[in-house]
Amino acid sequence: MVHIKRLQEGGADFIVIIGEIDASSSIELDLAMAKSVGEGYKKILVDCTALEYISSAGLGVFMSYIEEFRDKKIQMVLFGLKEKVLNTFEILGLADLLHIRESKTDALKLAHELSV
Amino acid sequence: MNKSKALIRLALLGSIIAWLTLLFSDITLLFSDLQGVSPDVAEWLPRVMLGLYIVCLYYYYRLRIELDDSLSFTDLLWKVFATGLITTVVSLIFRLLVFMLGRTSLATNIVFSEFICQINLALLVNFLIAALASWKRLILYQKSKWLIRTWMLFELILFVVLLFDSTGMRFSETVSTTMNFVIGVLVLALSANMRWVAYLNFKQKWTSLLLLLLTFFYLAYFFYTVEKSTEVIAKSSSAFLDYRLQLFIIALASFIIIYGIFSFLVILFNLPTSSVFEQKLEEVVNFQRISQSIQTEQDEESVYNILLESSVSSVFADAAWLEITGANNDRKMFTYRMTEQESKNIRDHLEKNNIKGVLDGGSERTRNLSKHLASMRGSRFRSLLAFPIMVKEENIGTLALLKELPDGFNKEMTRIVSTFANQAGISIENFRLMEEAFQNARYKEELKIAKTVQQSLLPTRLEQDKDFEIVAFSASADEVGGDYYDTLRIDDHLVALIIADVSGKGTTAAFHMSQMKGIFHSLAQQHLDPKEFMSRANQALVYCLERGSFISASYFVIDTHEKKVRYARAGHCPVLYLRNGSKESFYLKDKGAALGMVRSKDYCNYVESNEFAYGPGDTMLLYTDGITEAKNGKGDEFGNDRLATTLNEVAGAGAAEIEDHIIKRLYEFSGSKNINDDYTSMTVKFLHN
Repeated sequence: MVHIKRLQEGGADFIVIIGEIDASSSIELDLAMAKSVGEGYKKILVDCTALEYISSAGLGVFMSYIEEFRDKKIQMVLFGLKEKVLNTFEILGLADLLHIRESKTDALKLAHELSV
Repeated sequence: MNKSKALIRLALLGSIIAWLTLLFSDITLLFSDLQGVSPDVAEWLPRVMLGLYIVCLYYYYRLRIELDDSLSFTDLLWKVFATGLITTVVSLIFRLLVFMLGRTSLATNIVFSEFICQINLALLVNFLIAALASWKRLILYQKSKWLIRTWMLFELILFVVLLFDSTGMRFSETVSTTMNFVIGVLVLALSANMRWVAYLNFKQKWTSLLLLLLTFFYLAYFFYTVEKSTEVIAKSSSAFLDYRLQLFIIALASFIIIYGIFSFLVILFNLPTSSVFEQKLEEVVNFQRISQSIQTEQDEESVYNILLESSVSSVFADAAWLEITGANNDRKMFTYRMTEQESKNIRDHLEKNNIKGVLDGGSERTRNLSKHLASMRGSRFRSLLAFPIMVKEENIGTLALLKELPDGFNKEMTRIVSTFANQAGISIENFRLMEEAFQNARYKEELKIAKTVQQSLLPTRLEQDKDFEIVAFSASADEVGGDYYDTLRIDDHLVALIIADVSGKGTTAAFHMSQMKGIFHSLAQQHLDPKEFMSRANQALVYCLERGSFISASYFVIDTHEKKVRYARAGHCPVLYLRNGSKESFYLKDKGAALGMVRSKDYCNYVESNEFAYGPGDTMLLYTDGITEAKNGKGDEFGNDRLATTLNEVAGAGAAEIEDHIIKRLYEFSGSKNINDDYTSMTVKFLHN
């Protein structure tokens, strides 16, 4: 079960994930990301503070946007990952492909820096 | 069937014999009386025979009319009419005969008049009984318990009256009056049952009126004829069967006439409203057709066609169209008595005038769009009614009904079509659900095949060497996963190993797994550096992995000359390694992105080759995340630490023993044999030689 919220702050779109992301709930994440891109946000920050678990399908969602974000010059930063979740990202090598920060302030700072 | 036919014949025969006996005994009695001699036959015989005749006839018609379920209301009236026609014709023939005889002595003979009179009486009784059987069917249509009881009481009283008539007993004045009163009340009570009239359509009502009218004529004719001849005979003698003394015939005739008149009037007054009832009936039938269309063989298309036809016929629309967005987002257009161009013109017109309504999905309230058509030139239509078709609260199409008259649709019509549209929506929803269930069944079947394929992709034997031994274990959940492992000997001192986990499940996972197998078998033979192996594998896979899918893999080459293992990790779980003599196993953590994550040549920047030397007695454990992510009842994961500890416990053991121990611990931990992911492990034990 997952609950995904979107809110806007400081010109960035925040996607807040609460709960677990498995094969079926990954669709919701994909939907939220697609909406954010569709609405034209250039800075997308993903709040993973309350993300308890992510399966390979969920990771696939993040992965599938990497190229699109690069082409459209969209900066996505993930922050607040729990150690276990971060470990999953690291094992798969996604940690090197995505921008990951510990805190929201760091993440917002990075997003601003990158979009300059 | 044959039995009832035989009974019909028996009843008919009985009535004929009874009547013949009645005729001859009555003539004999009359003749004897006229001649002043004592008769040879008993005086009571004609009366009893008349009773017998009536009973036989009653059974005859009961079997003919009452038990024949196929007769409709007009058929019943027709039966009465036909019986009347035949009897009248027979009677007229005799009348003609009398007329031809003229003023001959035979014609004026009382006995001959008696003969004609008896024939007419028999025909009249015949007609009355036939009518009784028919009326019974009509009255008892949609019967209730009370109605049946009333009818039975009526029949019983008639029978009692018949018995008294036959015995020749006379009721006293009071009894007779009471009897008449009771019969009158019953007749009136029964005559109030006219439910069948409502089910006649306009044409049938006219037919019924005509048939009833003719029936009255016959009755009048018979009564006139019989009455007249009876009077003539009564002047000369009283020793004959006078029908006027037969209470039964009087009661029966009054019942037939009263019910006939009631029916006639009710039908007459129902004539103007019959079209409304007919329309309601048609609506119900249409409604049923839509509901039933899901249970039968029909597809969505026929539901749409039924909806279109039913709506058009229930509101008398001149034309209609139905536009539907199908399950695969394709638009379908059904038109009725109009061209698609005409419908397009109307929609363009509404759009141009910026009218929001059902048609463009702008509003679901505005259904009657008639007033907006007034400003449209070149269209024959002046009224427009539109409805949304909803499936699972989603608008899948619109139904539009058109009339050439202005203000052609009223509230009632809107309500009816709205019901139709709702019902059609439900039908389509059910239909789609059924389709889904069907797809599910097919999906399960596919899974079964995928599972077989997946099992067949895993190697049946693994490479062995004097330097090491390898064992592998794989169990999959009900759903097909995508774990893959394999070995391949490159040359006498090099052996390649792979373990991989395809993201996703089901048939696609099995499909990607088979691709991975193909890539492994073709690339490994080329003796590539592990990093190069991964780069090329990635290059090959980006063309077939869909967006968001990836494969995590670890590739190893064991070199038995140099006693080294070169490997590359592409997003797969780190290898667990245990040195000989040590009690502490460790994970080989290094960089490497999963295959398919970076879809360009840049991938080589995200993967690296590593190498380490192995010694005899070392253990290398390869596994998939199904093992580390296995959960116990509390939701805790088996985890990397627990896996390392488990390996430490059997540090000195052989490959097979290590594997058994790990599996045992894993199942102990998860507490059941029902796994929810794939468990795959490959244990490599380097040997002393």
